Amino acid sequence: MGALLDIDRLAVALPGPRGPLPILHDVSLTVGEGELVGIAGESGCGKSMTAQTVLGLLPPGAKTTGSARFDGRELLTLDRKGWQRVRGRGIAMVFQDPTAALHPMLTVGTQLTEHMRIHLGMNRKAAQRRAVDLLDQVRLPDPERALRAYPHQFSGGMRQRVAIAGALAAQPRLLIADEPTTALDVTVQAGILALLDRLRRDTGLAVAFITHDLGVLSALTARSYVFYAGRVVEAGPTGALLTGPRHPYTAALLGARPHGGQTGVALTPIPGSPPAPGELPPGCAFSTRCAHVRDECRTAVPPLHPAGPDRTSACVIRTELEVAA
Amino acid sequence: MTLLEIEAVHVEHKPRGRAPVRAVAGVDLAVAPGQIVGLVGESGCGKSSLARVAAGLTAPSAGQVRYAGRPVTPLGWRRRNADEVGLQMVFQNPYASLNPRRAVGEQLLDGVPAEVAGPARRARVAELLDRVGMPATAAARYPHQFSGGQRQRLAIARALAPQPRVIIADEPVTALDASSQAQVVNLLVGLVRELGMGMLFISHDLALVHEIADVTAVMYLGKIVEAAPTRRLWEQPLHPYTRALIDAVPRISAEPVLPATLAGEVPDPANAPSGCRFAPRCPHAFDRCAEAPPTVATGPSAAVACWLHQPQPAHL
Ligand SMILES: Nc1ncnc2c1ncn2[C@@H]1O[C@H](COP(=O)(O)OP(=O)(O)OP(=O)(O)O)[C@@H](O)[C@H]1O
Ligand SMILES: Nc1ncnc2c1ncn2[C@@H]1O[C@H](COP(=O)(O)OP(=O)(O)OP(=O)(O)O)[C@@H](O)[C@H]1O
Ligand code: SF4
Ligand code: SF4
Ligand SMILES: [Mg+2]
Ligand SMILES: [Mg+2]
Repeated sequence: MGALLDIDRLAVALPGPRGPLPILHDVSLTVGEGELVGIAGESGCGKSMTAQTVLGLLPPGAKTTGSARFDGRELLTLDRKGWQRVRGRGIAMVFQDPTAALHPMLTVGTQLTEHMRIHLGMNRKAAQRRAVDLLDQVRLPDPERALRAYPHQFSGGMRQRVAIAGALAAQPRLLIADEPTTALDVTVQAGILALLDRLRRDTGLAVAFITHDLGVLSALTARSYVFYAGRVVEAGPTGALLTGPRHPYTAALLGARPHGGQTGVALTPIPGSPPAPGELPPGCAFSTRCAHVRDECRTAVPPLHPAGPDRTSACVIRTELEVAA
Repeated sequence: MTLLEIEAVHVEHKPRGRAPVRAVAGVDLAVAPGQIVGLVGESGCGKSSLARVAAGLTAPSAGQVRYAGRPVTPLGWRRRNADEVGLQMVFQNPYASLNPRRAVGEQLLDGVPAEVAGPARRARVAELLDRVGMPATAAARYPHQFSGGQRQRLAIARALAPQPRVIIADEPVTALDASSQAQVVNLLVGLVRELGMGMLFISHDLALVHEIADVTAVMYLGKIVEAAPTRRLWEQPLHPYTRALIDAVPRISAEPVLPATLAGEVPDPANAPSGCRFAPRCPHAFDRCAEAPPTVATGPSAAVACWLHQPQPAHL
């Protein structure tokens, strides 16, 4: 029995001025039925590209190898019709900017019901009823009035709730949430996190949550993947991964964030910046910034190896980190 | 001694054809040399409106700002007198202070005081770049040739050029990712500590403010509802809103723990509730909260505006 989403050794290259530019390398990742999985890493590491692959939204000319299966069906070879079936009822998405998913000139009601009438073949009345249910489910106050309102009449947090309601309209089994709370206040973020967790419990929705905030990763997800320069460098149960990282990059990300309460103690930034696609150093891509780098790191890309219960790490010193913990 | 004093400042925006918005409704705040004052609050609570007044970019509708004991009058950014250039601002968007079409070095030269003459001016530019951790070669390049984090460092170098004594930083790292955030924050904190500058650091990232501020002020709907030395504020928040903000911050732990949620939405400042402005969302609201609570001192650099924390009324 496979996972709901099973990405296996996925590589993605985009057309570049000097030939194909490799963006993702050897990415393997699973999301089980009703599971909340986190994806983290610095800007440009390939989080959104992974999401776009799974939704068939890669830029034209993108080349993929490996496989990405949803409910046993290969996604990478789907035609337009096939994608239409998967999107909406199978996999849905919410973005950082909810305005991207909402048309400014149409009422919330029109947008929600249109979707259901087209994708689910519902009549107007049934669609209307379901739209009220959905807005209720995302805890929007006064759903009936909200249906008659336009997106700009809502605050950022409420708009994100409406976008989530839209994504849920066709009853998807997997929701991919790409930094849906990054632009929101912590108080509003807390509401969205609680909402996603409740949906998972009540409806068995699986969620892949993309974020660069390790606190959010910890608060919400059961299992996580840390990306660096287009690769998974560490994976495992989120709590264990964040309280005892087995990869220097995860440890460095943790060190760079505020740890609280010691005014005057500096944060520990990661020196330099991540390499751009096509400019990766030989061997481990993190070697140019890693405090533990040694000669062998530069000879070959370290593969993901077991590093504790249900855990993997792509680092030559993973066992030393395990012993040290 | 305080360097920057914000006294009973009100800011009213008058958008064309709409009701005026009272973005800041009576704020007192002070920044001393070598001190970092953090200002936190939800989107729309008036942080930027206050920042612009504090920096002398706009005039308050009431109240006043004093820098080094003298009132700050917004004369236009370029025509400020020698005193007021001592007050500089860093914005969330580095292009707010950098021109994309001019070389970095030229823009830094603009800010170097006139007393520095001849070849010393160029030397000062190199010094500024070095201060913010950029190579001297950056002077010949254009802002768009840098990453977001580097560009923000260049904007900080521009702010430092006139040798300010106070920096007002409005969400200076919000657009950056974690590791560039840490680099820029360390730079700012280092400058305050080494040069004895004062800094008003505005952010909606509580964890970050917790990390660096000596004193933290919490703003809700145009008012400071609580201010206290940062550690005290976190360990012992008095105002229910401060508590709610702190509890909403997601934390790293061995098991997933969802952060606490706060009921309701931030009201529109054009229709602020009468009485305590937080009352519609406050889990502790009681009848007295229909009246606005006064701000009372609760210790050194500490004050709170909540009826739960008032000296008991004297029984006559
Ligand atoms: N259309 C495109 N053409 C060429 N390169 C692209 C394109 N879109 C993204 N990239 C590159 O692919 C890499 C991965 O980008 P991706 O958007 O997946 O990053 P991310 O992890 O989502 O980052 P962020 O946190 O900033 O959203 C980046 O180096 C980016 O510059
Ligand atoms: N020029 C303006 N005209 C009309 N209203 C304005 C103007 N600038 C700000 N406002 C309003 O004043 C209030 C305070 O805005 P301000 O930008 O100061 O908030 P903020 O705390 O900085 O928010 P954010 O965290 O989103 O930056 C908001 O309701 C905003 O809509
Ligand atoms: S493989 Fe080497 S360079 Fe890469 S993270 Fe591990 S120790 Fe650092
Ligand atoms: S004054 Fe009343 S409503 Fe306002 S914060 Fe205090 S208890 Fe809550
Ligand atoms: Mg992205
Ligand atoms: Mg602002």
